[in-house]
Amino acid sequence: MAAYIIRRVFGALVLLLVVSAVTFAIFFLVPRLGGQTATQLATQYVGKDANPESIAAIKRNLGFDQPIYMQYWDYIKGLFVGADYKFGPDATHCNAPCFGYSFKSHVEVWPQLTQRIPVSFSLAVGAAVIWLIFGVTTGVISALRKGKPVDRISMFIALAGVSLPIFFTGQVINVLFIYQWPIWDSTDYVPFTQNPGDWAWHLLLPWVSLAFLFSATYARLTRAGMLETMSEDYIRTARAKGLRESTVVTKHGLRATLTPIVTIFGIDFGTLIGTAVLTETVFSLQGIGAYSIQAIKDNDLPIVMAVTLVAAFFIVFSNLVVDLVYAAIDPRVRYS
Amino acid sequence: MSETNKKDTAGTAAVPHQASAPADGSAEREVLLRVKGLTKHFPIKKGLLQRQVGAVKAVDGIDFEVRKGETLGVVGESGCGKSTMGRVITRLQDPTSGSIEFEGRDITRLSTGKMRPMRRDVQMIFQDPYGSLNPRHTIGSIVSAPFRLQGVEPEGGVKKEVQRLLELVGLNPEHYNRYPHEFSGGQRQRIGIARALALKPKLVVADEPVSALDVSIQAQVVNLMDDLQQELGLTYVIIAHDLSVVRHVSDRIAVMYLGKIVELADRASLYEAPMHPYTKALMSAVPVPDPSRRGAKSERILLLGDVPSPIAPPSGCRFHTRCWKATEICRTTEPQLVELKIGQRVACHHPENFADQAPQDTVLLSAAKEASELVPDAVLEESAAVTEAATEAAEASATAEDTTPEAKTDAEPAADADAEAETAEEAPAEAAAADAEESAAESTDK
Amino acid sequence: MSKLEKAALGEPATDVAAPSDAQDAFLSVRDLRIHFSTDDGLVKSVDGVSFDVKRGQTLGIVGESGSGKSVTSLGLMGLHRAANAKVSGQVWLDGQELIGADPDEVRRLRGRKMAMIFQDPLSAMHPYYKVGAQIVEAYRVHNKVSKKVARTRAIEMLDRVGIPEPDKRIDGYPHEFSGGMRQRAMIAMALVNNPELLIADEPTTALDVTVQAQILDLIRDLQKEFGSAVIMITHDLGVVAEIADDVLVMYGGRCVERGPVGEIFDQPQHPYTWGLLGSMPRIDRETADRLTPVKGQPPSLINVPSGCAFHPRCPYADLPKGNVTRTVRPELEQVEGGHWSACHLSAEDRTRIWTEEIAPKL
Repeated sequence: MAAYIIRRVFGALVLLLVVSAVTFAIFFLVPRLGGQTATQLATQYVGKDANPESIAAIKRNLGFDQPIYMQYWDYIKGLFVGADYKFGPDATHCNAPCFGYSFKSHVEVWPQLTQRIPVSFSLAVGAAVIWLIFGVTTGVISALRKGKPVDRISMFIALAGVSLPIFFTGQVINVLFIYQWPIWDSTDYVPFTQNPGDWAWHLLLPWVSLAFLFSATYARLTRAGMLETMSEDYIRTARAKGLRESTVVTKHGLRATLTPIVTIFGIDFGTLIGTAVLTETVFSLQGIGAYSIQAIKDNDLPIVMAVTLVAAFFIVFSNLVVDLVYAAIDPRVRYS
Repeated sequence: MSETNKKDTAGTAAVPHQASAPADGSAEREVLLRVKGLTKHFPIKKGLLQRQVGAVKAVDGIDFEVRKGETLGVVGESGCGKSTMGRVITRLQDPTSGSIEFEGRDITRLSTGKMRPMRRDVQMIFQDPYGSLNPRHTIGSIVSAPFRLQGVEPEGGVKKEVQRLLELVGLNPEHYNRYPHEFSGGQRQRIGIARALALKPKLVVADEPVSALDVSIQAQVVNLMDDLQQELGLTYVIIAHDLSVVRHVSDRIAVMYLGKIVELADRASLYEAPMHPYTKALMSAVPVPDPSRRGAKSERILLLGDVPSPIAPPSGCRFHTRCWKATEICRTTEPQLVELKIGQRVACHHPENFADQAPQDTVLLSAAKEASELVPDAVLEESAAVTEAATEAAEASATAEDTTPEAKTDAEPAADADAEAETAEEAPAEAAAADAEESAAESTDK
Repeated sequence: MSKLEKAALGEPATDVAAPSDAQDAFLSVRDLRIHFSTDDGLVKSVDGVSFDVKRGQTLGIVGESGSGKSVTSLGLMGLHRAANAKVSGQVWLDGQELIGADPDEVRRLRGRKMAMIFQDPLSAMHPYYKVGAQIVEAYRVHNKVSKKVARTRAIEMLDRVGIPEPDKRIDGYPHEFSGGMRQRAMIAMALVNNPELLIADEPTTALDVTVQAQILDLIRDLQKEFGSAVIMITHDLGVVAEIADDVLVMYGGRCVERGPVGEIFDQPQHPYTWGLLGSMPRIDRETADRLTPVKGQPPSLINVPSGCAFHPRCPYADLPKGNVTRTVRPELEQVEGGHWSACHLSAEDRTRIWTEEIAPKL
């Protein structure tokens, strides 16, 4: 078991390293291979006030005069010990973990991210709790009442949930509850540490609209899984023992159904932290997704790259957790 | 020779014996397939670095030959390696060591490209008539696949030939364009057979061809295979766990236990006078459809526990942990497959229905004492009487003819010496191995 | 079943009482029908089957896949829950009628008074729970005892069915057991509440012969010990000959022959039974060159052949005069004693064919 965990953790670290290398190559190697000169590349990092001096300073700050692997090494080193940008007007020390420095907005990227990660994380966690409870319950009920009106209606709603884009449902909710019946006076983000009640209350609308989309998918998944599980031989055995149907469903049926759902949930959850762009935009939340959109609009490459890495980290990390949880759920995968 | 099964397989030991075996008797028919010292090990990897820590010794040093036109039956319990053996001799899997000769040509290490023409001559029929047919292909395209793959253009065109094949196996040729799901299990197995026969193979290896079928359908398919053999002069290797089916279809039968052949004999000898205790136990366990013989439960030999793990097979004779006749020599020295009677090869120190091969060794192992409690007294008495008679007869004739006993007497002193030397050193290791066997299921998972 | 329903089926109301010849029977089944409505039509999986099993006796039910033998057993246990399943007839277990009974009542009998062993113990045990936990669960549904007491009981049962080191193996998962050990554990689970009726659905089909011998021995011993009634469902006539006192041969959802095991093997009356015997390769004798299989395929349960369901495959279908085999469904008729057969052939014809044509070829 220990070997299994160590192997998984090690694999995750290697994967992160690969992701960072590929991302780095896309930003710094591919443009050069595509024929851009160091100067042209550096120009993109400067804001509107581009002049030969600032461009030259960035070239040296980012080490464009060095071979690509040295640039990568400096970048990785910066993550752990920080980096010094010695030249030009922006000459500064970037504290570890240094995810880069935005020469356009003249700030270190990491402090910006640390403000935004809790927002995105809060959004994802709350939505996930709602969609798991709601989606799985609906799926189970649908499966047990297959073909009955309950099943048909919930599957119709689920189909709607899958089909309707988040900017539509989000806007509808916004219109209804902010403008039509203004139940919420403010939906600004309140940190959990400051006031948990307000934190949840203010995030409720984005949670619900995000959860609507995901519940639909999870309800359909659960329903399919449950139908399959309930036709397994071991369910028949459970009934042959004389167990109550409720025990058969929850203890024997649901546990086996949840296994594949845990896998998908890990991926969804990890992905969502960095990519809830639409929800964050619709509800004006200052999360990572919204931040990255702004950075892309501004062509602020260090931020884009940092966000990519952070998003990748969450995906890899939650997959790691899934692997470990999976081993805990299903004894058959433990040692293999 | 003694404990060679642990590392290098029986290859070295068995070859000299093998070379003499076909010569001394029953080679009336030409040998089509000859297998020598064949092993197939599946590595087990574990730990952080996934290092190989052991191997599942699925097939662990077997020798046999298949003669033209005959049917060789291979029986054994699940996990004895019979299916792996089938896939290795058809080169669907690569052997770990040993050699496979087909029509005198070594095909052990032929590359995929060089194997291709060979594939025409060797075909396989699988157990599961559901899983082995692609549900998206029509019967016509399934049966004609071998022609396409081999680039063969049969006389009169592919379609005509396929329809002829369908008719041959008792299907309606007009069903050419139907899909597998439109057929029943028995019919699908017929389709599998038609596909196997498309290129007029010389050897057909059938892995449990009828075990998934209902009794009445099973009989239809058995009869069909029988007819096809007569008509087309096919040679079969039929792998099955059902000893009744094997008795019905085979000319000769190989009994496998934990990756080894323990007995190889022609049908009559094997079923009338099995020599290996395992064969005897196996046959006594088959329920006989005759309620009046239910009292004959007294003939049944129950075996103790489960088959040990093929990862750490028992030392010496692999059956010694469950055998009611096992003595010290069985634990230390691996018996070789020796032709004791014409047409009957056995790997046992204390065979049934024949002279004891290690009469000096009489003290039963403690496990054997336990095992013999499950063996009916009638069986024990009868076997003792037969063995005694056979021993006397053997002694009487030993001076007159010294063909087979010679091979043994040559081999055994050496084996004993080896054994003594090694038991001294390896006793603790063996004890550990014995422990490991008993908790076989646990050890496989860790 | 209520009297109203009886009347609707056109059966005499007097039949509601337990059948007279079944007074000493522990389990009495009368005219059991299990039909499934599907998109393709009504599947008559079981279509009027009756039998009795006494305490301490074993009934073997033989038939090919689709003959309705497994469906029957699940019907007895009340395990047909699908909305499209329609179960009718009567099942008397120790004087209690089950078909019309309250489902919760039947649930309380399941696992306690009647228990079942399934064919494939790997898929029949929950892969995520320890073997011991599954046995403990089975015990605690019907006994209000602490987990500790139940665990002791589970270890005792594992020991009883011959699992070595039961106090350690109880914490193993099903996938860590070998096939034979798994089936033993399954039997331990079924027997944990000392059921009086044990239904074994192909309990040894997935096992090797040596293990099969062990398991059959075990079932026989346990039956002797507890005096339970056993129903052994199998396609293997060898197993039936080995363990059954009475035999029921099923074909196309109906019973075609029923009787004491000796008579079924010595004097079988139905051509289908002959076919089964002729299809079996025998280990105990050097047989004739060829097997004599039943020709053709098992019948569709949606469009069961008219008349005798076996007539399309029966070599003697043309022997009785007229078109009777194709138009009239033969009812079970008493041959002698407890031996019944449903066949249009005359008694003389059957005796002649069996002794002259069939028996010599086996």
